[in-house]
Amino acid sequence: MKKEFVCIACPVGCRLTVWDEGGEVKVAGNTCPRGKAYGVQEFTAPMRTVTSSAPVKHGDQAMCSVKTDAPVPKDKVPDVLRAIRMIQIKAPVKVGECVLRDVAGTGANVVATRRVRDKKR
Amino acid sequence: MDRKVDVAVIGGGPAGLAAALKAHEAGARQVLVMERDSYPGGILQQCIHNGFGLHYFGEELTGPEYAQRFVDQVEHTDGIEVMLDTMVLSVSPDRVVTAVGKAGLITVQAGAVVLAMGCRERTRGALGIAGTRPAGVYTAGCAQRLVNMEGMMPGRRVVVLGSGDIGLIMARRMVWEGAKVEMVCELMPYSSGLNRNIVQCLEDNGIPLYFNTTVVEIHGQERVEGVTVAEVDPATRAPKMETARFVPCDTLLLSVGLIPENELTKGTGADMDPVTSGAVVDAARQTTAEGIFACGNVLHVHDLVDNVSREAAIAGENAAKYALGKLNKAETVRVMAQGGVRYVVPQRLVKGEGKAELYFRVGAAFKPARLTISCAERVLVSKKKLVMTPGEMEKAEIDLSQVDGDVTVRVEEG
Repeated sequence: MKKEFVCIACPVGCRLTVWDEGGEVKVAGNTCPRGKAYGVQEFTAPMRTVTSSAPVKHGDQAMCSVKTDAPVPKDKVPDVLRAIRMIQIKAPVKVGECVLRDVAGTGANVVATRRVRDKKR
Repeated sequence: MDRKVDVAVIGGGPAGLAAALKAHEAGARQVLVMERDSYPGGILQQCIHNGFGLHYFGEELTGPEYAQRFVDQVEHTDGIEVMLDTMVLSVSPDRVVTAVGKAGLITVQAGAVVLAMGCRERTRGALGIAGTRPAGVYTAGCAQRLVNMEGMMPGRRVVVLGSGDIGLIMARRMVWEGAKVEMVCELMPYSSGLNRNIVQCLEDNGIPLYFNTTVVEIHGQERVEGVTVAEVDPATRAPKMETARFVPCDTLLLSVGLIPENELTKGTGADMDPVTSGAVVDAARQTTAEGIFACGNVLHVHDLVDNVSREAAIAGENAAKYALGKLNKAETVRVMAQGGVRYVVPQRLVKGEGKAELYFRVGAAFKPARLTISCAERVLVSKKKLVMTPGEMEKAEIDLSQVDGDVTVRVEEG
């Protein structure tokens, strides 16, 4: 089955048509190799990095922003968000610190993207 | 006078922090950053999505991560002090900074000043949308701060007006936190947002985007109960009332443009550029008020923070030079926007040696675009680009030894 995408690699925004031809993924409409790579990835296994934010206990900030440390399959995004909503973070937190391992069975970890210090300093 | 510093930086966001670091590196011994929030990093702290730093750090970071890299460097630099919870009230033409903070009112005599106050969002008032004045009308950035930093949801059923990147990102953010986003309306026939955001924020989440469409009325007494949206005539932008329809919602998010926050700049007497709404600067990012420099979104609205960091380094370095008496006063020529070019920064150049980078924006989309930079009859740069759009800041380098008069930057179809 043919699928259509708008390429996101640059502002040109080529309209890509991608299809499977006997096991080989074909891309048409791209004007550069980056467009082809994007088309193949989006057709075979679309991936997204999830960013969100979670409440912190005893922190100098109410919330701590977080992200998955690797892109996760697009169809797993709702599960990842659900898991992030359940996280309880305790201050202090450093940037890059893991706050949830192997989120929703994706193999990716959720890590803090901001520093939150203890409330009493 | 409470104290003296070499360089005072107004604003502790990405521009201010990068300017302070570079000023210190360039020899300024005492650098003071004044920030009104209780944490440095500015607006990046609420931009929790990723995509920052690809150009500057060569990797993809979230806003807070990008900010933290600069915060860490500043904290490890003895000569830089960051004064938080401090609101600057005025900057005089002779560089006296008056501020109010934790310690009350303070005045600082600065050898040089870097203006890095950023920009703010256009609000409902600037658009003049008809209707009642209920709760539930927010700028997208305000909602972003509430959701991402304060942990509060501004509403459950949302219409977004404006398809710039902030609007697109907030549409996804609201869906991800459990709200229903009915639609994104865009007055223009195109989005100024990145394709990536249209795909990953709207298409991924099934949010419709309507071009040539705007909100013509807001309904509700205490709280927003809905909005009337209508298509507009693509030529005149006037709403076609026969297309008007009611869309039930409890929240309207506005992502309708950013305005450099230049109240302090005006007090310095610096010349302003009516197109950018920022100061007129030379390649050193010095305004026409001597010793006062500007960078980042207070100078012109950027689409990439990476460019803000670069521009701030230029301003910081030259501010330090000025404070140390190493920046000589020189005659300047004008840089003028022509054809499809809406504005160019810097607006002035000092004749001489070396290269200068010109940053500019077009007023409409060109596919393909032909860029010509010339000085009198002499063509300095002539090149073709597949596409130039208003949402994307363009850059070109010129050789200053070729410049002996006013420079024009021109873009046309072709």
